[in-house]
Amino acid sequence: MPGIGLGHYLGIAAILFTIGVFGIFLNRKNVIVILMSIELMLLAVNINFVAFSAHLHDLTGQVFAFFVLTVAAAEAAIGLAILVVYFRKRGTIAVEDINRMKG
Amino acid sequence: MFWQQAAFWLFAFMAVVSGLMVVTARNPVHSVLFLIFAFFNSAGLFVLMGAEFLGLILVVVYVGAVAVLFLFVVMMLDIDVTELRRGITRYLPVGLLLAFALGIEFAIIIASWQVSQHAAAVAPNPTPAPSAVSNTVALGSVLYTDYVYLFQVAGLILLVAMIGAIVLTLRHREGVKRQSIARQVGRRAEEAIALVKIEPGQGIH
Repeated sequence: MPGIGLGHYLGIAAILFTIGVFGIFLNRKNVIVILMSIELMLLAVNINFVAFSAHLHDLTGQVFAFFVLTVAAAEAAIGLAILVVYFRKRGTIAVEDINRMKG
Repeated sequence: MFWQQAAFWLFAFMAVVSGLMVVTARNPVHSVLFLIFAFFNSAGLFVLMGAEFLGLILVVVYVGAVAVLFLFVVMMLDIDVTELRRGITRYLPVGLLLAFALGIEFAIIIASWQVSQHAAAVAPNPTPAPSAVSNTVALGSVLYTDYVYLFQVAGLILLVAMIGAIVLTLRHREGVKRQSIARQVGRRAEEAIALVKIEPGQGIH
């Protein structure tokens, strides 16, 4: 059994990112699941950062993953707030109906 | 060494399976629960890589805050799940095709690429030996010195996000009795009480 190296972690991160993209396409109507897919993609990016940080013995990757975590939390809060306001106004969260701002 | 490898494969397998369940689950509540599970397993992967602090932060911030926020919103909104699932078979082929293409691209990149031999020499913040300094101390000594301004900006971003979320979701509903401190304090005896002289046998009208 070969040892676990950088490539293994990059592979897992790539698979998770692909699942995230797949989820966005699969759940085109459900904004909540799309937001969750975005969280999955950000998680994959974080795994990449930490994997490189561990492999190169450089802490900068972990610091960057920390900031990605912060921004992801802020993005989730704002996105869900917009979702709640939209649901109050329209009574639905289907993406296809969100076209009022087209003008 | 064996247990490390076994833990890696377990965490990796569970993370991928729960990630798949997040995007394919019928019920959004189940999606959120699988998302929490995926975060737990990724935290395990972080710990395996030697980033204990980030792993625990992932559990605290994501499982404790973000995923619970998702759970609240999913349960608060009265969503017609079957309506949202409609047309999923139409999107499935193009989604699979795109995911497949993306996976092939990632495989090509990961297979045909290697880290430069000189990469370690130019590392701006070399990790100290784990026996000397723990991961949390090492991360803090970098974060609070070299990245202190970015750290403050991250705090500002969180503050703006918090205020923005509150402002967006705050609403004043009509017909709800609220306490008005200013009116309470500004109340005078003259306008609150009226003395009425009632003639005997007539009553008030």
